Amino acid sequence: MSKRQHISATVNGDPVEFLAEPGATLLDALRDDLGLTGSKEGCGSGDCGACSVILDGRLVCSCLVLAVEAEGRRVETIEGMAEGSKLHPLQQKFLEHAALQCGFCTPGLLVSAKALLDANPDPTETEARYWLAGNLCRCTGYDKIIRAVMDAAAELRQEKV
Amino acid sequence: MPHVVAACSSCRAFTGDVAAFDVEAATVREMIRELDRRYPGFGEHIERRMAIAIDGEIHQDALFAPLPPGSEVVLIPRIGGG
Amino acid sequence: MSDVLERRDAAPLDDGHLKVVGTRPVRPDGADKVTGKAMYGADLAMPGMVVGKILRSPHAHARIVSIDTRKARALPGVKAIVTAADFPDLASEEFEAGESAGNLRDLSQNVMARHVVLYDGHAVAAVAATSSSIADEALALIVVDYEVLPHVTEVEAAMSPDAPVLHAHMFTQGLAVTPDKPSNIAKRNELTRGDLAAAFAEADVTVEGRYTTAAVHQGYIEPHACVASYAADGQCQVWSSSQGQFMIRTYCAKVLNLESSNIRVTPAEIGGGFGGKTTVYLEPVALALSRQCGHPVKMVMTRDEVFRASGPTSAGVMTVKLGAKADGTITAADVVLKFQAGAFEGSPVGAGSMTALACYDIPNFSIVGYDVVTNTPKVAAYRAPGAPISAFAVETAMDELAAKLGMDPLALREKNAVRDGMKASYGPVFKNIGYVETLEAIRSHPHYTAPLGPNQGRGLAVGFWFNIGGESTAAVNINEDGTAVVISGNPDIGGSRASMAMMAAEVLGLPVEKVRPIVADTASIGFSMLTGGSRTTFATGMAVTQASQKIVEDLKRRAAMLMDVSVDQVDWVDGVAVCRDASKGKADLSLAHIAEKSGQTGGPIGAQVSLNAQGAGPGFGVHLCDVEVDPETGHVTVLRYTAAQDVGKAIHPAYVEGQIQGGVAQGVGWALNEEYIFDRTGHMENAGFLDYRVPVASDLPMIDSILVEVANPRHPFGAKGVGEVPIVPPLAAVGNAVSAAIGKRLTDLPMAPPKIRAAIDAG
Repeated sequence: MSKRQHISATVNGDPVEFLAEPGATLLDALRDDLGLTGSKEGCGSGDCGACSVILDGRLVCSCLVLAVEAEGRRVETIEGMAEGSKLHPLQQKFLEHAALQCGFCTPGLLVSAKALLDANPDPTETEARYWLAGNLCRCTGYDKIIRAVMDAAAELRQEKV
Repeated sequence: MPHVVAACSSCRAFTGDVAAFDVEAATVREMIRELDRRYPGFGEHIERRMAIAIDGEIHQDALFAPLPPGSEVVLIPRIGGG
Repeated sequence: MSDVLERRDAAPLDDGHLKVVGTRPVRPDGADKVTGKAMYGADLAMPGMVVGKILRSPHAHARIVSIDTRKARALPGVKAIVTAADFPDLASEEFEAGESAGNLRDLSQNVMARHVVLYDGHAVAAVAATSSSIADEALALIVVDYEVLPHVTEVEAAMSPDAPVLHAHMFTQGLAVTPDKPSNIAKRNELTRGDLAAAFAEADVTVEGRYTTAAVHQGYIEPHACVASYAADGQCQVWSSSQGQFMIRTYCAKVLNLESSNIRVTPAEIGGGFGGKTTVYLEPVALALSRQCGHPVKMVMTRDEVFRASGPTSAGVMTVKLGAKADGTITAADVVLKFQAGAFEGSPVGAGSMTALACYDIPNFSIVGYDVVTNTPKVAAYRAPGAPISAFAVETAMDELAAKLGMDPLALREKNAVRDGMKASYGPVFKNIGYVETLEAIRSHPHYTAPLGPNQGRGLAVGFWFNIGGESTAAVNINEDGTAVVISGNPDIGGSRASMAMMAAEVLGLPVEKVRPIVADTASIGFSMLTGGSRTTFATGMAVTQASQKIVEDLKRRAAMLMDVSVDQVDWVDGVAVCRDASKGKADLSLAHIAEKSGQTGGPIGAQVSLNAQGAGPGFGVHLCDVEVDPETGHVTVLRYTAAQDVGKAIHPAYVEGQIQGGVAQGVGWALNEEYIFDRTGHMENAGFLDYRVPVASDLPMIDSILVEVANPRHPFGAKGVGEVPIVPPLAAVGNAVSAAIGKRLTDLPMAPPKIRAAIDAG
């Protein structure tokens, strides 16, 4: 077995260090080494989006990023989305709109939706649907998720005014 | 006297061509005992495999549910679900 | 319509002034789920935990000649290896596990193959190792010598007399004479009424068709996962994601020959199930590994394993013939259903048969079902098991009949609709059903008359599901500050904590925020059947309501003691004890006050109710779908979707809508994209979400859900099950819309672009 590599990165603003097996994914490192189990593994092949994180400002499937690639980079996960016990507007709107049932895809969808609103604060419904097309949800039919994202976008725009 | 209808084919292994019975019974258990007396083995089949609709309301494992006089009892396969 | 809207029985506790039930509070488990804190099956880590993995058959059908684990065992870091030899060899025995009957031998041999593998992906051995990569290495070192046997994956091919036989002990049941030759047809069932031949002879119009659906997976996003720990004294703990912790306990006890008291199962949050998590795959294996090595063992399926070795529901081949009078009165129906069971018997063809014509009042019919084993994964329950498959056939035939009669498809349904007092096709007389009202809700919706553009089509279909009740336990405890805890034994798969808290809050007169619902482990609450059959809000909700009512009675008794009046002088009004006789000048006593003084009035306040809920109310759905077909590519866009359903009473309407919207989305996937594809060797070719394509956000429009509320008087608030009905109509609603859009009748699912192009090209 090949040797593990020492990795230093920033996760949700905090410096972290861990030892990565050469074949381990960033998702493995987050979940198994750093105890951040909010990012989920639904497929391991980048098809379901449940492991979505933001890497240096870019939305990625953490199951498709090697853990060693995180060296020196900034990772944002679901665990960093709320400020203390104050929920991000997206999180709040997901709750108000009942936009989750089992909740398993929810962390990935929230991270993905945040990346959307960071890039495009005023998306159309179609833009939101295509942006979130990489995040599978099997429970909701997406209706309430899209409503929650659009509502959160409106609130965030209001906050900026 | 409750009128009992066996709606599905699995009952025929016990009852042959008979699919409806008038049974002197005040509870599901009495009904099952009487049917088992007439068709040996049928009682266990009902208890293990069948749900019992009493006047349109489906019961499972309701051995002591009362059978009103003149009620219609339908034996149907047990239902699970997803 | 007024003739059918006669007297309806009201729900006992719905006085028209409910304060909590029917509102839309934020779910009590929501904050954990939007912040990533909620613990699902794969999220638990234990001290000393090792990783378990399964070696799976690469063959669809083979005899296991030998399994050599010596090299794997010698690998440093490997802690345990098990094969079928490490499990008791169970005899064929029917058993009940609260929900439905199963066969012990089949269950055990699906968990771990014994002597023979029956599908690509069938488990043959398992290892536990100190790391995931060592476990993978160990799997590669296990040498299995297979003698490959001929296989069969298609249902009709499996029924053929010269098909390879999966089980030498299987002789078709349900025939007049049990055959002396084994067969892949496990069972034949039949439902009949009237004189079919005479009815067809007298029919003015008949239609006839053959319809097929593919095997599809439940597609929950969370793969199966568990941690199991077997202690030196034989006491076991299991943490797992499933639809029922008691089901897991029962099945582990059966498969490993253990006592239930030695197994404690703690439910993790469940990341979707849809019926697919109503059985065991990993838990007994993890326990067996843990028993061998003494470490807690964690097992998590990959997506490839989920597709190849869990779930799916049956592929189906159906024929339907309908006969009607010129005025649209249906007089005859002949339905044949052939359902693929997978490696072991037990397809949902029975339920498929019973639901096939359940929406219709037809005097003469025959419904024959066949349960057929194939070299494919053993099917598991999937949301209204069997009903979507037979509904696809019948509802497509209904669309053809409407066209042939020149009749509006909705009018044809209305003309033949079942109503209260009519005998259901499956036997009993209907009571308190809201089907006609649901049809009316679609007729009066603007969608029904909205104009369509070129290459667009509209499809209508209806669906039925029984819904069940069953055994549940719930406890309600009042805290010392007058808040409450509700404890149940049903995993919360789609918001049931919210509905449990709401029903308790309504009865207790508390704001819902003051009621904390939890889902307890098998040692902390009494037995409850699993979350399935759309039973939790109905049956467990009944237990929660009754426990809350007991507490209210106790609170009144204690208030009377404190007020020094007799108990019949005390009313419970909005969470406050009030003395009826105002002249006595007794101050009202709040729940918080009574709780604070509970020590003085007899000790802690709490109640537990265990029951077997009877009288679940059946549900009906009516769906309307618009699609546009791109004639060049054959691609289908779902433009608009409206779904109406009789829900009895929506406890939390937002989560009821969510059930409908989710069911529709799964049905759209079943109709358009999803299917198991096997190559010539019986290997599943598309075992991943890239090639097995479930609907994504950009595939769907908003889904308009209409809640029709015809109360079920057997539930305190009138609730009927809601989770399964909405997956029944979409297959045909979408299919009928596609057929309308291209002007050609399509009868095979999924209606993927190549099929649509071929139909268009055929001219």
